[in-house]
Amino acid sequence: MTFSGFLQQFINAISLGSLYALVAIGYTMVYGVLRLINFAHGDVLMAGCYFAFYGMLVFSLPWWVSFSIAILLTALLGILIDRGAYLPVRKAPRISALITAIGLSFLLESLALVIFGGRVKPFHRPSIFGQVIQSGDLYFIALNLWIPAITSLLILLLLIVVYRTKVGMSMRAIARDMTTVRLMGVDVNRITSITFALGSAMAGAGGIMWALKYPQIDPYMGIIPGLKAFVAAVLGGIGNVIGAALGGLLLGVLEVMIIAFLPSLAGYKDAIAFLILILILLFRPTGLMGERLPV
Amino acid sequence: MKKVFVLSIIGFAVIFFAAGSFGAETVRVGGVMAMTGAVAAYGQDAWTGIQLAKEMVPTVLGKQVELVLVDSKSDKIETANAVSRLIEKEKVIAILGENTSGNTMAGAPIAEKAMVPMVASSATNPMVTQGKKYVFRTCFIDPYQGEIAAKYAFNELKAKTAALIVDKSQDFSVGLAKFFKDAFTKMGGKIVAETFCVTEDKDFSAQISFIKPTNPDVIYEPLYYSPVALFTKQARELGMKTPVLSCDGAQADELIQIGGKEVEGVAFTGHFHAKAATTMLAKDFIARFKEKYKTEPNSFHALGADSYFILLDAITRAKSTEGPKIRNALATTKNFEGITGKISIGEDGNAEKTMVIMVVKDGKFEYLTSVNP
Amino acid sequence: MSKDDHFLVYRTRDRILTVMSLVVLFVFIYWAETNATEYQIRLLNNCAIFIILAVSYNLINGICGQFSLEPNAFIAIGAYTSALLTMGPHEKQISYIIEPLVWPLSIISIPFWLSLVIAGLVTACFAFLMGFAVFRVRGDYLAIVTLGFGEVVRVVANNLQSVTNGPLGLKGLTPYTNLWWSFGFMVITLFFIWRLTKSSFGRAMKAIREDEVAAEAMGVSSFRYKMMAFTISGFFEGVAGGLLAHLITTISPVLFTFFFTFNLLIIIVIGGLGSTTGAVIASIIFIYSSEALRVVDESFSIGSLQIAGIPGMRMVVFAILLIIVMIFAREGIMGRREFSWNGLINLPKSVIGRKNNILFGPARKREKKPTK
Repeated sequence: MTFSGFLQQFINAISLGSLYALVAIGYTMVYGVLRLINFAHGDVLMAGCYFAFYGMLVFSLPWWVSFSIAILLTALLGILIDRGAYLPVRKAPRISALITAIGLSFLLESLALVIFGGRVKPFHRPSIFGQVIQSGDLYFIALNLWIPAITSLLILLLLIVVYRTKVGMSMRAIARDMTTVRLMGVDVNRITSITFALGSAMAGAGGIMWALKYPQIDPYMGIIPGLKAFVAAVLGGIGNVIGAALGGLLLGVLEVMIIAFLPSLAGYKDAIAFLILILILLFRPTGLMGERLPV
Repeated sequence: MKKVFVLSIIGFAVIFFAAGSFGAETVRVGGVMAMTGAVAAYGQDAWTGIQLAKEMVPTVLGKQVELVLVDSKSDKIETANAVSRLIEKEKVIAILGENTSGNTMAGAPIAEKAMVPMVASSATNPMVTQGKKYVFRTCFIDPYQGEIAAKYAFNELKAKTAALIVDKSQDFSVGLAKFFKDAFTKMGGKIVAETFCVTEDKDFSAQISFIKPTNPDVIYEPLYYSPVALFTKQARELGMKTPVLSCDGAQADELIQIGGKEVEGVAFTGHFHAKAATTMLAKDFIARFKEKYKTEPNSFHALGADSYFILLDAITRAKSTEGPKIRNALATTKNFEGITGKISIGEDGNAEKTMVIMVVKDGKFEYLTSVNP
Repeated sequence: MSKDDHFLVYRTRDRILTVMSLVVLFVFIYWAETNATEYQIRLLNNCAIFIILAVSYNLINGICGQFSLEPNAFIAIGAYTSALLTMGPHEKQISYIIEPLVWPLSIISIPFWLSLVIAGLVTACFAFLMGFAVFRVRGDYLAIVTLGFGEVVRVVANNLQSVTNGPLGLKGLTPYTNLWWSFGFMVITLFFIWRLTKSSFGRAMKAIREDEVAAEAMGVSSFRYKMMAFTISGFFEGVAGGLLAHLITTISPVLFTFFFTFNLLIIIVIGGLGSTTGAVIASIIFIYSSEALRVVDESFSIGSLQIAGIPGMRMVVFAILLIIVMIFAREGIMGRREFSWNGLINLPKSVIGRKNNILFGPARKREKKPTK
């Protein structure tokens, strides 16, 4: 493989990995706080795309306005999910909460199918992202540079919130011991909702960028990215925000580069993520930056 | 008081049900269409065409036609379930559908066993009607499509080498790729690369990287609209300027919406273009369609409507709603002036049709030329 | 009568009732095979197959308490194994148009019942091997690992062109599955799992479910019993997969996605996690209400009134139902209770008893009788 070929794939890998990182952060934050795998997270990603789509189509908003509003709406959706579906099963056995999460995921997908219709919708790609950049043998669209840049910015902002604000401190505290934090007078429900809002906003942003990369949206588009982002979160050590980001990046790189070196395995692309998951859970369940595995 | 209330509800219900069964007798025709899923564009378009056709000709043999729609969800199993539901529960006398070869083949054996005629509007793989007496289609078949595509590539595009991207999850794509390959190599062309994908794929960078170094003169994409759009777009973004040739599956609005300016210049073989319309029925249909939807109908609208018209024509000629009689009438359709041209269907269930070659230009499907059998 | 005699009488009564109901089932199947419509027969077949699936899934999830999401993988393995074994060489040639089927599968063709048994055994082997990997983790992680395995199986099936024919799948399978086979295997499965649950093995599994650490402390090897439950589930899910393949006559990887597992999950949760009876009841409800609910997907008419259908509404209803059950009725229909002839016979009495409470208030205080 030529060096430029390698570089070509590598740019693609970083771009994909950034998207996984954004979505993985949402999973890891919710798991850290609630010990719950939010199966519906991938569908939140899908919802973000549809919000942005309708913003541009129906309300003819300029794309950056539409995207911002979509991310806000996605954050609100996250809060709604928390209050509406997960709060009632907070005290229930874990298996009930997990089943509720799965049910919620299917509910979002089916609702999207009914509301938005069965045909795929084209996602408008603003020209600033679509410009083809050429450097010798290397071709890529500007988007592949924007994505890592925007992702880094968002992650940085999030880390500031998590590690430098009171809200963030509460989040980290709840991840350690929810009961004691309650005793300390912290409104756990409020913090949880904020966690959901932040995680969902990240997923919304990730989703919009995913739709910019592959400009076609349908109700089931969030399932595979969602599952892979979850693998990334586990890979990085679930409960750890930086771990999730690194895990996402690593997963993106592995996925693209393995296929780049072994093109005959292209069909098995999706299985790579799950094989990594199985191996991690078998041999290093705490992940790369892991916390103690909660039993 | 409560008892009176309950009794009156029961009374109303009885009246409603009775009223229903005493209503005018109707001829029930079933429709299995992909309204959701990967090929929803075809199903929804075909159904739109069928409904407009029904507005134009709402009765047959003096009775009202009643259409019953079941969504096949672009899935084989669902198609089979839909066909059996329509036959056993809804008691339809004939079925229109499905839209794609693989799905139609899943439902065909059930219709065959029940002796209910099935008219597929756009399923082009030869195996759909092979060995079946009750399955018919209103479109051409893929050996013909592959051959014409190869001729166009070789003669018009002056292509000596070709690369393929095949959707290995669709019988249609696999079959058409093979017919193209056979025809192209027979004319002296060479296939330099053959890559595979599945309908849901979004990222084609692996396949494109494989094709790029082989420098083909043309890329043949016998795929459905989504993969064509995404693949072509990504190929262009990765610097490939090679001409792209596709198939009848490309003619959906989504191709242009998703593909944007990258799909300009994509040529494809298809069934229908409003400019190539010759028959009275076609002109009538196009006019009504434009009035109602403010745009021209595409192949799938037209083929759907044609399947409806042909079925009604057969029922009229058979003077009966019995399966075997309709079947025989369908198998003797001669020069029916359909929207998509003069249609003749023989014992093999296949229609001999004119093919239209189109190209994407200025964000629209432009008509290039027609090819007669 | 002494206590022992009482017990004997009841047990004999139960045995007779069970045999009688089997006879009734036999007669019913005989009647249905000749008189029911294709549509009804298909529904009944589906019922039987789903009962097998639900009951075996319940074994690992409900009785052993290990939340696993594996059924779609096992069903797929069973379906493909059984199909590959029964298809004749000619049929295989028609299906495998991209790449020919690998030898010796291309020439093997064996009787249906044998293919089912082998399918079950192959799946059980797979489950056994998978168990070593999977039971190293617990809880949520177990669920995710099994989900991962399920996806891997699906992707492999989609790509192993020379074995599974990839995404095109296998078609033209002979529809061997009829009511005799499906209900026959259903009875065998029910019998086996019922007896297992009531035995010491079942008790060990329930102990693991309640508190794994305590069970281990009591000397119950949790790994061994988890493997047992998993492998047995695998066997029956594989058999059901084979039955399903020969019912639908065409299989492809798209049939065996997580969605299938989700449906089974709905069934065992609504039936009551841990109750075999609940799984049976819920399967029947699921199959028939699936059909009934199709009306919301398509337009239906009440007499001369047309009410438009919205494609996809059915799944929305299902999902909402599941969430409501999880929030308000977590126990499901049967909770952990099981069927017993005693319970059935006393059902009218207990219902009336409850009604009496509603109508007449709480039971009057009974005077204390001095015990002798």
